[in-house]
Amino acid sequence: MPGEAHASRSTLVEPLWLRAALIVAALAFLGLFLLLPLTVVFVEALKRGVGAYWNALQEPDALSAIKLTLMTAGIAVPLNLLFGVCASWCIAKFDFHGKHLLITLIDLPFSVSPVISGMVYVLLFGLNGLLGPWLREHDVQIIFALPGLVLATIFVTFPFVARELIPLMQEQGTEEEEAAIVLGASGWQTFWRVTLPNIKWGLLYGVLLCNARAMGEFGAVSVVSGHIRGETNTMPLHVEILYNEYNFVAAFAVASVLALLALVTLAAKTVLEWRFGHELAATRRGG
Amino acid sequence: MLSIRFRPLLVAAGVALAALGARAATTSEPILNVSYDPTREFYTEFNQLFAKKWQTETGEKLTVKQSHGGSGKQARSVIDGLAADVVTLALAYDVDAIADAGLIGKDWIKRLPENSAPYTSTIVFLVRKGNPKQIKDWDDLIKPGVQVITPNPKTSGGARWNYLAAWAYAREKNGGDEGKAKEFVQKLFKNVPVLDSGARGSTVTFTQRELGDVLLAWENEAYLSLQEFGADKFEIVTPSLSVLAEPSVAVVDSVVDRKGTRKVAEAYLQFLYTREGQELAAKHYYRPRHPELAGAQYANRFANVRLVTVDQAFGGWREAQKQHFSDGGVFDQISGAR
Repeated sequence: MPGEAHASRSTLVEPLWLRAALIVAALAFLGLFLLLPLTVVFVEALKRGVGAYWNALQEPDALSAIKLTLMTAGIAVPLNLLFGVCASWCIAKFDFHGKHLLITLIDLPFSVSPVISGMVYVLLFGLNGLLGPWLREHDVQIIFALPGLVLATIFVTFPFVARELIPLMQEQGTEEEEAAIVLGASGWQTFWRVTLPNIKWGLLYGVLLCNARAMGEFGAVSVVSGHIRGETNTMPLHVEILYNEYNFVAAFAVASVLALLALVTLAAKTVLEWRFGHELAATRRGG
Repeated sequence: MLSIRFRPLLVAAGVALAALGARAATTSEPILNVSYDPTREFYTEFNQLFAKKWQTETGEKLTVKQSHGGSGKQARSVIDGLAADVVTLALAYDVDAIADAGLIGKDWIKRLPENSAPYTSTIVFLVRKGNPKQIKDWDDLIKPGVQVITPNPKTSGGARWNYLAAWAYAREKNGGDEGKAKEFVQKLFKNVPVLDSGARGSTVTFTQRELGDVLLAWENEAYLSLQEFGADKFEIVTPSLSVLAEPSVAVVDSVVDRKGTRKVAEAYLQFLYTREGQELAAKHYYRPRHPELAGAQYANRFANVRLVTVDQAFGGWREAQKQHFSDGGVFDQISGAR
């Protein structure tokens, strides 16, 4: 068998010039549309030197935007982690009525424009919204404050964890869980010792994607933010404001922090994959 | 089965969010000024000035927060519950809209001097250096091949002033013929390649993205562009007739009564009418209501233009809004026919 594959290889492989052309095209595309913009962000940010860059990030409004973004993601991501695991566990391991409806609902945020998702919360929690008068009476501010930003972020990042886990869990099937239960494990033990170890890499990947989107979200957050400086501006919103104020160094400085956060996320993922790569492959195969 | 499983989770999330939303009542209350697009630089400086004055007078440390965007959009946010103590918007109609929602007393315009507009402005043209398309007056804007940049009158206060200024000019030129005025404004908007939602967006489009031959701009916004990018890049052209733009300010009654910030909010707006406020307004190229207070160094800053007011020329903002900018109004007819 291996010999056969080897023999037919030369006819299957494209000529050298085509391979080279494809590689060059791919690299050029990557460089032009990915690396170049990324470099521009950092070049613009450092245009007036490291001092100006550093000062721009020391601005109270910039600091508050960074803090707010981290806080919003810090609340939204764990909640979506919890929800995603619950939902995919339900969907992949159990049969019940309305399962397809639930899957469709989980996908909803992907198909709805983020601006609409923000708008929905304004219609719900706004002063003229469904719950607005009650909230005002009880002095609870949802939109134009942190809770609204968190809600909007949760909504748009809703599907990331679940979407990553559902196919994985379905592929893995329920045999191992059944074996565990036959051997006398409780439901909780089964989840903790059998299911979770099997899905941890998929879960990690989902969380990283979810986090990246949570920190970078613009549309939905823009609608519910109210744009109060130093209070409800997340980093993407603050970048826009600084840009509109002709404050280009500061705008790109904050943008570079956002890009750095994304790069750190990517690096974390790569390091983990490299360090635990064999385990990762094993869980995929294990299904 | 499913709903039972999820219920505790939802309750926990709800409690957590509610706890985040509730504010401790003991901290000294900052106030929020919700304003329109081009006032950011002015109010950033004004807020510090006022906070200093407030601290020397009362001993209290005060933070004034600010939020900026297209005037109509900002009014919408306040109506939807953005807790503004004061609004400083581009035109009276946007404050009227908030008053109609019941958040501000209907008599707001009479509560402060000069129609509750402590500074005024007007609409001018910003062109590229050397004025390559030779744009001198409104007539030049409807020539074929001239690209005009203005924001969208539906969302931007400045854009509504632009629109009305053009209308007033065309009507006067055609001996009061409204039909000719409509035709003129329609031609003008045919020359607009992109409508941003706010004045600052349009300025960035014109100055940064270098789109268009002429920007219809707030006078203060035009001067700010000269200051930011250098007088070697742009020129200001003052048309023969323009509109007296009266940006309105008001205390949002329902918010200050709930938060207990009426006193400081009122003092804040009154401070706009003092020597310091007028001087700062002039410094940022707003026309002070009391030039004698603003000081001699700003006396010759502003070109003499013949200005019409919305009250004279359009029977007030409510009327102008209804006729021109409401759904199905003249602007919709014009832009539908683009």
